[in-house]
Amino acid sequence: MTSLLFLIPIALVMGLLGLVAFLWSVRSGQFEDLDGAGARVLFDDGQPLPPPVPPPSKEKHLE
Amino acid sequence: MTSTKAAALNLVTDHGASLGCAHCGQPVAGEGRFCGPACADAHALIHDLGLDAYYARRDAAAPTPTGEEAAPLDLSAAVETLPDGSHCLRLLLDGVTCGACVWLIESALRREPGVMAARVNLTTRRLSVTWSDAVEGKAERLAGIVRRLGYRPAVAGMDGVGDPHKQAERELVRAMAVAGFGMMNIMLLSVSVWSGHAGSMGDATRTLMHWLSALIAIPIVAYSARPFFRSAFNALKAGRTNMDVPISLGVTLATSVSLWETARHGEHAYFDGAVMLLFFLLIGRFLDARARGRARSAAEHLLALGRAPVMMLNDAGMAVPTAPAQVPVGATVLVATGERIGVDGTVADGVSDIDTSVVTGESHPQPARPGDRLFAGMVNLSAPLRLTVTACGEGTLLAEIVRLMEAAEQGRARFVALADRVARSYTPVVHAAALTTFLVWVLWVGLAWQSALFIAVAVLIITCPCALALAVPAVQVVATGRLMRGGILLKSATALERLAKVDTIVFDKTGTLTLGRPDLLPDPAIDMVDLELAATLARASRHPLSRAIARAAGPGPVADGVREVPGAGLEWQGPDGPVRLGRRGFVGPVRVPGGLIEGPELWLARPGRQPLRFTFADAPRLDAVAVVADLRRRGYRLALLSGDREPVVAAMAIRLGIADWRAGVDPAGKAAALAAMKAEGRHVLMVGDGLNDAAALSAADVSASPGSAVDVAQTAADAVFQGDRLAPLAELLEVARRADRLVLQNLGFSLFYNLCAVPVAMLGHATPLIAALAMSSSSLVVLGNALRLSRRREVRT
Repeated sequence: MTSLLFLIPIALVMGLLGLVAFLWSVRSGQFEDLDGAGARVLFDDGQPLPPPVPPPSKEKHLE
Repeated sequence: MTSTKAAALNLVTDHGASLGCAHCGQPVAGEGRFCGPACADAHALIHDLGLDAYYARRDAAAPTPTGEEAAPLDLSAAVETLPDGSHCLRLLLDGVTCGACVWLIESALRREPGVMAARVNLTTRRLSVTWSDAVEGKAERLAGIVRRLGYRPAVAGMDGVGDPHKQAERELVRAMAVAGFGMMNIMLLSVSVWSGHAGSMGDATRTLMHWLSALIAIPIVAYSARPFFRSAFNALKAGRTNMDVPISLGVTLATSVSLWETARHGEHAYFDGAVMLLFFLLIGRFLDARARGRARSAAEHLLALGRAPVMMLNDAGMAVPTAPAQVPVGATVLVATGERIGVDGTVADGVSDIDTSVVTGESHPQPARPGDRLFAGMVNLSAPLRLTVTACGEGTLLAEIVRLMEAAEQGRARFVALADRVARSYTPVVHAAALTTFLVWVLWVGLAWQSALFIAVAVLIITCPCALALAVPAVQVVATGRLMRGGILLKSATALERLAKVDTIVFDKTGTLTLGRPDLLPDPAIDMVDLELAATLARASRHPLSRAIARAAGPGPVADGVREVPGAGLEWQGPDGPVRLGRRGFVGPVRVPGGLIEGPELWLARPGRQPLRFTFADAPRLDAVAVVADLRRRGYRLALLSGDREPVVAAMAIRLGIADWRAGVDPAGKAAALAAMKAEGRHVLMVGDGLNDAAALSAADVSASPGSAVDVAQTAADAVFQGDRLAPLAELLEVARRADRLVLQNLGFSLFYNLCAVPVAMLGHATPLIAALAMSSSSLVVLGNALRLSRRREVRT
């Protein structure tokens, strides 16, 4: 039973870490725009955008 | 698929042209790549910025730029100077539909020199741009870029930071997170205690577990239950009781009795039950608050888009965009052709026709001359005007309407939500049952009072209205979400319940059953060639009647060199001579046939031929006839109350098959008519859009207004529906009826569950394990039942 003396505090600390992380993410506004965050990751490639090439057919929708 | 659907939504007429505009996807007339100069401009801007990838990335067609129609914005309220000296502009955007729009706007703005950050929130459609330099007119320039890209910026009315709803929502999120953390950890300890009941766990270990649970539970209850405590306290202080009273009592008692049991080395502790209850209830509360918050912010968005500044002449004689509230009495305001008047005033200069339908319901334009009084909300049709602002405060028409609305609301009986009515009768019964249990165990059976008290508290815990408290919000969340996807914004929490009771629907005519804009009447005397000729002139003009002709003819070429004669019409030097489109006197002498229906008209004069007459009327919404017939079939009594003249109202009533109609009703008359209906015991839904409907909207049991309504009407309405169709109204009533049924089922189930659980608890068999199982299973059943509402039963027409 002495193992409990380690395991329970460890479980509690891990849970608390999760809670703190969640509260921090709420505070820093990461839940403000759930729709946008999903789309943003697809476009933000972090690189300069491709040079403007005359596109042959603009009316191409990616479905 | 999405692109064609979105394009069709923007479209007025679809001629099925092969390849659409290269920017917005709408059909293009002729050989060009763009449907208009605004689209070509947007495309060129995107191309110059090197953002052509937008066209490959978007999954919905771009919004059609409105071009020069855009009214100037008063950006002073939207710009904020940050502590570090940089400036921040916050705007609401219309037309942002997908991630590619976000990317396009952000990338385009970041290319501007000095801009440090640009961020678009796709959920709330808000833009915030920060820049460092203090260049004059930078905000206007940035807003101009957004507008050139085809999005409509608007200034938000209230900042999101100080919004009390937003803060309450944040508090709920934090409370929910804390309760969730506590529930999981206490459950971890509880499961080991439960499995130790077979005998493998010693008393000392169990007490240690209980102490640990108490250590976690007590601060969490103190923190997470605050929303419930506050609400319960307020209700008790006002001498009422609501659902939060038994919740608060149950949670507090469960925690304190468990603490006491723990101190006595007892076998059972209800810490897990108390915290689980809190967690489930907080989930329900949070979802409810968020759904309502989303609907509210969408409604505010609509209002902000309609809130245009007025062009006020300053001392130097320059026209500056100013918020209507900041225009002083005596100032001169310019009103362009086709613009909605923003302030009450008298005409100082200019002669024009005024569409007064929003204020009076009258669909026929009224002439306005110097000295005439005009009110905010009216639309200036034919020529620019100068207004002198006359009144503010008490003197305005708006103040009069607000007084009527307040009077109407005082007469409106305070509606008590179903959940609160249930709580009112539920709370005493439960508390009486717990007291009886205690007395019977002590006096009759002769149990020690400590044990008897423990059993009585178990009764309170097991009857703690977890499922009952979730029964209503769960259904409302699902219903609000479903309605929102259908373009209906539900603003009031009790609107669904009130809608489910409705048996009478009262409509306003102009702007509600109709679109509130003139449409060309079909006339066999007009052939396609004439219509096309008229349209080539009309496309150059912003006059509502010109636009009606352009709409009827579909996309096509615009004639070069069309001259607009203010207050008269359009003139174009054609190959065969001058072509004129305008009012009677402008095209020359015309032969007016007898028996004319009074209404808006335009004449087309071509060289060598008789002038041709176009007539217009405010046509009903496309699906109005079908929806009204459907509502009648479902057993609603329908009525039409309009401020318009009798022949027009009668014609509309006959066309839609509404037997009960009244014409020429003023705002007070409308409110009085509704009061009379309510006095007969009828439950009335009022649907209206105008300033003259606002009092009636407040007087009705429940009210709805289209998204095009004036802001007073939208604020007064419980629900706002968007789009050109009336079908959302039928959907709203259908969802309300189904939601009502589901709420009753949920309440029935919760009461049945309590009926089964209470005897078990009274006999003293309600261990924490049973309480936890019963609580979570009943909550899941209630939630699952509510989710059935999100399934669409039939395909909408």
